[in-house]
Amino acid sequence: MQRDRDAISKIQSIAEKVYNDFKNSEIPCITLPTRTKSNIVFSEKHSVWKYGKNLSKRSAKTLDGAYMLLRTMYIVEFIKQMIENKKSSTLREMYYISEGWSLAKFNSQQESDSLAEDLEVITGCLREDFKLRPEEDGARIIGNIVIEEVTRTGVKRKIHCQDDVGDAGYSIPYNVEPEKISFKKYDADFVLAVETGGMFDRLVENGFDEKSRAILVHLKGQPARSTRRLLKRLNEELGLPVLVFTDCDPWSYRIFASVAYGAIKTAHISEYLATPAAQFLGVTPSDIVNYELPTDDLTKEDINALKSELSDPRFQDEFWKGEIKLQLQLGKKSEQQALAKYGLDYVTDTYLPEKLSEMGIIK
Amino acid sequence: MANPIALKLAQKQKEISVAEFFERNKHILGFGNPTRAIITSVKEGVDNSLDACEEAGILPDILVEIKDEDGGEKNEYKIIVEDNGPGIIKKQIPNVFGRLLYGSRFHAIKQSRGQQGIGISAVVLYGQLTTGKPTRVISKIDEKMPAYVYEIGINTHNNTPEIISQDITHWEKPCGTRIEINIIGDYIRGKRFVHEYLQSTSIVNPHAQITFIAPDGEKHVFERTADILPRPSTEIKPHPYGIELGTLMKMAKSTKCRKLSAFLKTEFSSMGERTTNAVCKEAGLDKNINPKMLTRDQLLTLLKAFKKVKIMAPPTNCLSPIGETLIRRSLKHETQEISPEFIVTTSRPPSVFSGNPFQVEVGIVYGGNLPKDSPVKILRFANRVPLLYQQGDCVSTAAISSIDWRRYGLEQKGGKGIPVGPAIFLVHVASTHVPFTSESKEAIADIPEIENEIKLAFRECARKMQRHLTKKAKRAKTREKFDLITKILPELAKKTSLILNKPIPPLDEVITKIMDVVWIEDSVEYTKKPLSQVIKSDGQTTLYEGSDEHVTTSRITIVNYKRKPLKFNLYALKPREGKIIKADPKPIEIKDYYLKWKIDNIKPTEKIELLFEMTSLAKEDFEENDLYIDGINPEYVIGAEKWEGE
Repeated sequence: MQRDRDAISKIQSIAEKVYNDFKNSEIPCITLPTRTKSNIVFSEKHSVWKYGKNLSKRSAKTLDGAYMLLRTMYIVEFIKQMIENKKSSTLREMYYISEGWSLAKFNSQQESDSLAEDLEVITGCLREDFKLRPEEDGARIIGNIVIEEVTRTGVKRKIHCQDDVGDAGYSIPYNVEPEKISFKKYDADFVLAVETGGMFDRLVENGFDEKSRAILVHLKGQPARSTRRLLKRLNEELGLPVLVFTDCDPWSYRIFASVAYGAIKTAHISEYLATPAAQFLGVTPSDIVNYELPTDDLTKEDINALKSELSDPRFQDEFWKGEIKLQLQLGKKSEQQALAKYGLDYVTDTYLPEKLSEMGIIK
Repeated sequence: MANPIALKLAQKQKEISVAEFFERNKHILGFGNPTRAIITSVKEGVDNSLDACEEAGILPDILVEIKDEDGGEKNEYKIIVEDNGPGIIKKQIPNVFGRLLYGSRFHAIKQSRGQQGIGISAVVLYGQLTTGKPTRVISKIDEKMPAYVYEIGINTHNNTPEIISQDITHWEKPCGTRIEINIIGDYIRGKRFVHEYLQSTSIVNPHAQITFIAPDGEKHVFERTADILPRPSTEIKPHPYGIELGTLMKMAKSTKCRKLSAFLKTEFSSMGERTTNAVCKEAGLDKNINPKMLTRDQLLTLLKAFKKVKIMAPPTNCLSPIGETLIRRSLKHETQEISPEFIVTTSRPPSVFSGNPFQVEVGIVYGGNLPKDSPVKILRFANRVPLLYQQGDCVSTAAISSIDWRRYGLEQKGGKGIPVGPAIFLVHVASTHVPFTSESKEAIADIPEIENEIKLAFRECARKMQRHLTKKAKRAKTREKFDLITKILPELAKKTSLILNKPIPPLDEVITKIMDVVWIEDSVEYTKKPLSQVIKSDGQTTLYEGSDEHVTTSRITIVNYKRKPLKFNLYALKPREGKIIKADPKPIEIKDYYLKWKIDNIKPTEKIELLFEMTSLAKEDFEENDLYIDGINPEYVIGAEKWEGE
């Protein structure tokens, strides 16, 4: 309850700022950290990337700025009402509700999602505090671990993520905080986060979780907050190493970066979402060469994305610089599933064991 | 001794009649192919009708009908052109239609459509050559008289009319002429051009109503958009600068004057006492000499003297331009489906080449549904006649191509050639003598004076176009600001106070801070007002003639969003034709083409409303305000430009 009251007062303070500007004959404006690649800095304290000191001003002086402020006010009002009425909505629902906000209507859901994040950044609250839920969840886990979940009826249910689930695994809910989920028992050596569903299913079919004592987590592309939060908890609470296994292209590196370093969009809560200890397993551009993997040519977009990563502060270590430059030189990209070139079992029998022992995870 | 060969040859040499010559050189007159034949026939008929109506002071009402005569088998068509003109007296009918080079205009130096008198009789000849059929003419000159019907052909040996039949008939029209000529032509291909020609004709002849009935019976009316006849063009005497030796010799021989000085003064333009003396002195000729006695050599010296003495330009009031307002009006009417963004026009003052007065008028239609990526369409006219062919050879094309249109917002490769963009260009050259490149009169010859005038006209027009374009861009920006302060800010204030459950805060000062300009907005309204409501100037009610009056009302709102009181002058342009019937508050100046207000001490957030009303305008004559300011930094002002003086 205190948490709800806090959220209301924090969010209301935004409205107060604008209101007082009007009263003092100032042009209304709100400031927030600039949410771009150029304004993220490494936080020594949390070993993650956070927003820096650059501030952006949303001012009513311009039409766009004024629209943003008006939309912000509508969202503030909407969130306030939800908290007071003990309701919640998905981001998508909020977007549809905003259709009725006449002048403050959004042009796309991306805009409304992004504004919800702005509110987190400004208030320091989490969107869960605002009763806003993401659409995407249902990333999956398979492995020797027992998770206790408090279900919607309030019952605590223990789920063994091998014995109690089907081949699709245990589905991660959008809220993975301790009051919802706790880890009871586990017997595994590491967590393997897998980008694609196809590879996840291959590892499950080949029994990699049992054979190699791994907890498999499906990232489902760019991972949802809950997936990243769960990885962090697995890493920090159980002390399990987290390894990220993706395709070999610039977009996949960004998936790893958001898991390990924190995403640019959510840099305000990086310390809460990012797992600084996570390691990139592959597929690396070097793997293309070493394993002679089938490839596709880099597209113009791929090349631009790689170049942009070269100027991204998160990719400034020797490993990434070397790999990205190598890839630009090769002009090629590859997929996890390209390993099937050597047979369906190659990834579990040869590639992963080799890479894991190289990284010192298994002996 | 054998007969000299010359005698033998002489037997073969005989006079070739004009008619025979043209029979063999059809292309010179615009009958080069079956498609052209259709258009040329229509064109000659319509040109004649327009000239006849205007000379008689009648608003032209012209019917053009093309009938398929044989189901398309041999491509025989009947071309019918009927007008409400003065008619032709009985005696002249055979000569007008059955004789080449017969007409009243050949010797006259004045602006007219046809010049050589070849036109309509050439069509009669072409019809006769291709179908073997005579031309049917009906003409009536007075209500009380019957109409005459003739069937006429041309005797090509001696260029004389051949009357096949003549009769009188009843015709409902009070007066007018109708011709029916059967020709072989290609209407299917010519269709587009016929329409284009009639449409173009309608644009430059807003006083004419033209009805077209196509072979399939479809009827199209090109509406009259002006109820006033163009100012009649007047005949002038030849100007010494433009005269040729042959003409000078002929004139000297046939003059009634007995002295050279009188000859020069009475038979030429711009020759006063002083100039005449100067010319005679320059030529070394006695001014009392009888002009009939002058030798060829003496006339040649006279001609040279003309060129050496500075002679005033010929009178230019003999020309009859269409006028900026009328061009805009008819362009607007004919481009309705395109719904153009704006139309700008420019009339140049008259000018002279080789002693011939001429005047250039141009117009630009911009935007709407016009294609953005094709070259602009050029509509060319000479003495109100559309020129449909040989665009590439025309001086107007050269003039347009030499302007760098890129700086006026159109695309153009390398700043040369016909520009690309959503526009139509119109160019009209009026002259007592339009110098065509050939007898088919499709392209104006490359005369530097004309090219220069066309360039100047288009540059001026392009500047107007550019003003519209920048204004449009500015308007979009100001619209944004306006939305901001009138919609978004009040809503923002309302929402925050609702969330906080507090009273709505005042906005004025914030708005002033955000805007930081003087805001000028305007609107134009066009209404029909019954007499009783109209006209109050200086508190007096004046009654206007006519039962209804169309009133153009322009409203201007000025709001000071600066943080200090201001004073400045505001100028609102108006069309010269617009008659001011009301202006409130009272302007400090009302001129032909603008009104000037003095805005004294407008306080922050204060709003001032200005209004003026005009009559005698069509809706399209004034659709948006052109506002200017001075006495204030123009950057402080949105909605008006810096006044650059008159």
